[in-house]
Amino acid sequence: MKVMIPTPLRQYAGKQASVEVPAGTVGEALSSLVSRNPELRKHLFNEDGKLRAFVNVYLNDEDIRYLNQESTRVQESDTISIVPSIAGGC
Amino acid sequence: MSTILENPQALTLSNDEILRYSRHLIMPEVGMSGQLKLKAARVLCVGAGGLGSPLTLYLAAAGVGTLGLVDFDVVDYTNLQRQVIHSTSDVGRPKLQSAMEKLAAINPYINLRPFEARLSSDNALEIFRDFDIIADGTDNFATRYLVNDACVLSGKPNIYASIFRFEGQATVFAVKDGPCYRCLYPEPPPPGLVPSCAEGGVLGVLPGLLGIIQATEVIKLILGSGESLVGRLLLVDALAMRFRELRLRKDPDCPLCGTHPTVRELIDYNAFCGIRGEESTAGTRVPEIQPEELKRKLDAGEDVFILDVREPHEYQICNLGGYPIPLGDLPKRVNELDSSREIVAHCRSGVRSAKAVDFLRQAGFRKASNLAGGILAWADRVDPRVPKY
Repeated sequence: MKVMIPTPLRQYAGKQASVEVPAGTVGEALSSLVSRNPELRKHLFNEDGKLRAFVNVYLNDEDIRYLNQESTRVQESDTISIVPSIAGGC
Repeated sequence: MSTILENPQALTLSNDEILRYSRHLIMPEVGMSGQLKLKAARVLCVGAGGLGSPLTLYLAAAGVGTLGLVDFDVVDYTNLQRQVIHSTSDVGRPKLQSAMEKLAAINPYINLRPFEARLSSDNALEIFRDFDIIADGTDNFATRYLVNDACVLSGKPNIYASIFRFEGQATVFAVKDGPCYRCLYPEPPPPGLVPSCAEGGVLGVLPGLLGIIQATEVIKLILGSGESLVGRLLLVDALAMRFRELRLRKDPDCPLCGTHPTVRELIDYNAFCGIRGEESTAGTRVPEIQPEELKRKLDAGEDVFILDVREPHEYQICNLGGYPIPLGDLPKRVNELDSSREIVAHCRSGVRSAKAVDFLRQAGFRKASNLAGGILAWADRVDPRVPKY
């Protein structure tokens, strides 16, 4: 399944805009993503292994906070989007 | 909008205005009643920069009756690549003055209200009071949270857009029953994690694209037509020219706009964003060498290894003949460096190279130091032939 990597994080994911990972749940997909791209880990997760509050994860168009968080089951045809906070405007 | 008919002067358009807005008036979607709503509307734009430029230009052109603008900054040469409301002759002038002039020239029929101030917890509610809609064209997290909170506390919609390099986000926050910024992002990223436009660069056209989306949402909200971006997060990838949408829900536990709010007044947003007075960066901890001192050493034939941690495309703009290893590649290419030699790391302004020196020192490179001010300082103080960028 596809994980979309936002611009600010592409430098930690081999400059790719999206990555294919095998997965059963959102949590597993993200684990797979950071184990292949270890530098991504600290940008997505804090020391306790929780997703950082300024990074949102969407399964297709729905925020996982309103689904089953990281236990949300995914299908091959689904897309996970990582959407971090950006503030530029000048 | 509740204020549509509160202002009696908004009930008519002069013949000149009718001609001016003809292309709006002949469309049933706007018509006379829509144009009068625009004239009665009071919109405040925070920021007269990248987003603020297209935002205010088009709102003025559309005939928004009262257009407020908040900005305390001065036009910089590097702004001209994208902040199209300012021209070359405005460099050095306050952005507010420059913007007001252009807006008045586009549409003398609107009421322009400048606020030459830095928006803060002390003035935001007061400034927002006389407006119906707020458009956020700011460029940092602290102000975005401030604008959001002030909008929710004053009950005014927040037309939001933000940009980064070639990507943008847009939505409408703080509409009754709609989400606010804190519903989307309860906490800001730690300072220094997300580069500013000055550090990361930005495609000049990007704020143009997003600013117009904001202006469109302002106008739709005033007219009460179309489908607004409330509850929808629009993601724009300008390079791929792909527009995606994600669902944005109101968080019932949001401390500001949820069912049991705990934030009932404006807070210290710098503290909230972890910014303490001057940010402490690696630069305050690593040894530095001034450009003049480096020049002296090189002229004296001393053995100094110059490490350039900028990106390859920057090396092409100008360089000091340094050994190029981009900062992101340093961990895996550190074995190319000799820790017995004196190493001076540089980048453009000294921020990335400070991180590089911090890394090298921790890796045992005792003779690594940071070129203070980077190649910009070298161009300023040692060799003016080197271009600044």
